[in-house]
Amino acid sequence: MEPLLSVENLRVEIPIGAGLLKPVRDISFDLKKGETLCIVGESGCGKSLTSLALMGLLPRAARRSGDRLRFAGRDLLGLKERQMARLRGQSMSMIFQEPMTSLNPSYAIGNQLTEGMIRHQGVSRAEARDRAILLLEKVGITAAASRLAQFPHQLSGGLRQRVMIAMSLMCDPELIIADEPTTALDVTIQAKILGMMKELQAEFGMAMIFITHDLGVVARIADKIAVMYAGTFVETGTAHQIFDAPTHPYTKGLLSCIPVPGKTKRGSRLGAVPGVVPSLVGGVRGCGFASRCPVRQAACGKEPALTDRGAGHACRCVMDSDALRNMVWEAA
Amino acid sequence: MPRFLLKRLGLAALVAFTVSLISFSLLFLAGDPAVALAGEAATEEDIQAIRAQYGFDRPIAIQYMAWLSGAVVGDFGESYYFKTPVMELIASRLPTTMQLGLAGICFALLLAVPLGVAAAIRPNSLIDRFALFVSVVGQAMPTFWFSLILIVIFAVNLGFVPVSGTDTWRHFILPTIVLGYFATPGIMRLTRAGMLEVLRADYIRTARAKGLHPVKVLFKHALRNAAIPVVGLAAVQLGFMLGGSIVVESIFALNGAGLLAFESINRNDFPVVQALILIFSIIYVLLTLLADLLNAWLDPRIRVA
Repeated sequence: MEPLLSVENLRVEIPIGAGLLKPVRDISFDLKKGETLCIVGESGCGKSLTSLALMGLLPRAARRSGDRLRFAGRDLLGLKERQMARLRGQSMSMIFQEPMTSLNPSYAIGNQLTEGMIRHQGVSRAEARDRAILLLEKVGITAAASRLAQFPHQLSGGLRQRVMIAMSLMCDPELIIADEPTTALDVTIQAKILGMMKELQAEFGMAMIFITHDLGVVARIADKIAVMYAGTFVETGTAHQIFDAPTHPYTKGLLSCIPVPGKTKRGSRLGAVPGVVPSLVGGVRGCGFASRCPVRQAACGKEPALTDRGAGHACRCVMDSDALRNMVWEAA
Repeated sequence: MPRFLLKRLGLAALVAFTVSLISFSLLFLAGDPAVALAGEAATEEDIQAIRAQYGFDRPIAIQYMAWLSGAVVGDFGESYYFKTPVMELIASRLPTTMQLGLAGICFALLLAVPLGVAAAIRPNSLIDRFALFVSVVGQAMPTFWFSLILIVIFAVNLGFVPVSGTDTWRHFILPTIVLGYFATPGIMRLTRAGMLEVLRADYIRTARAKGLHPVKVLFKHALRNAAIPVVGLAAVQLGFMLGGSIVVESIFALNGAGLLAFESINRNDFPVVQALILIFSIIYVLLTLLADLLNAWLDPRIRVA
């Protein structure tokens, strides 16, 4: 069966004064119906641009290209903006990182919740309203009917993000892209929202791309994981493969930053990945992680390919699988 | 909302009262009004007679109360120059100025807002440069010069419109363009700046992510938020226009309130000047109030303030 979303060598390029910025380079993955892919990486690695590229919402200056971008049997690369707008909000929707600013301050939330459904499905205002109330209840908002008349400034950040989630579900989409939906919220709300999103996914059966830098979040919801670094995937696999047997030095470094109960010794220092992400202007020469990698070698000057290391677990590193498996993260 | 309205109305009344005080005191700032009225050849007796006739010999507070109690019912006394009731005089002049002002602001908004929006959609494009050109020219051209150029081209040479007067709507075309174009640069630059900022906002991205039609994104989600500062500016500019443009009114022989104010000041016709100042400022205050209400309607966050 054809996957819901199939991406091959997706690229985003932005011409700037100093040359060509390549924030997303050759990203490939497949996503099946109902599956959750987590894209993990630190700030500035290109996670958000990847999601905007999938939605066709890139800034005007950015250029998107790729070998394949198929969604629900359609080739998105060939779609005009008008056709893309028909898909957005209808079959694919998005939840953003900033709940405080993602709602229009001038309109009541009922209006903002229903306008997409009215456009895409041609339903009446009353029908869309009923659906909005139902979904607000599903996302755990009390007195849902009376909330429709409220304005964004009358709601807290947590409530606004719930409204955004309800909004993304209005047309019962097949794919939801969530770009760090819990980052701006405090920890207790984060846990609630995550739990809720998992339940909603089980109920509505949509596929999800979840973008985050928080490995704790990933562990809770991911079926598949893609670790992103300097604009490209450095390791992909199932959640088990990545958490139980990470191979790429960067993934190992990231995981070493998290204390594990019973395993991390009391008083010992947590791991850290020293250094910063390389500049992406003009592309990256060689392995993007080499400057921060404790096991770098001469061969790192040439960028390695993302190669399968068994059972769909892929890693972008010059070292062979055995050497990687035995490597222990020791910050240089 | 009722509380908001009440607060603004109270503030407006206070401003109007203060203005009435100031406009009344103007009479005495200009020197002894009786001396001014009597003329250069007057004797001391003449001046005394005038003082008694106009009541200048009473205490100022009493004079103010008398003036104010007349003013609230629209009785501003008699014009020194025309010897007719001030209110009649103003009532005959104000409609012309009002028509011109309203037409002018409509012209400005119809030109400036679409141009500003178009410029913001594609910054640094041809249309943006054209908009910049239009606004720089509008800012730099003196009103009288622009008026004369229009008259020479469209009235004298082409004969499309009459040169001056107020008989038909055609007489108002050129003055409307001059007055409206004068207000265009500010409104357009503010619309452009506001749209540029709003179009970068996260909620515009949300609206696009919902798959809304681009026109709806632009006008429902962006323009409404960008319009808030524009409403305030347009109200102020309409206030200027309703105060009458002396230049435009005299060039096109419009005989409006602006010209009346100018002439009355030269003639030391204080009752007319006082009444006009008060009326102009009340119009101004009402316009500001209207702008506040419009903004409260546009932006729900203001309503609770």
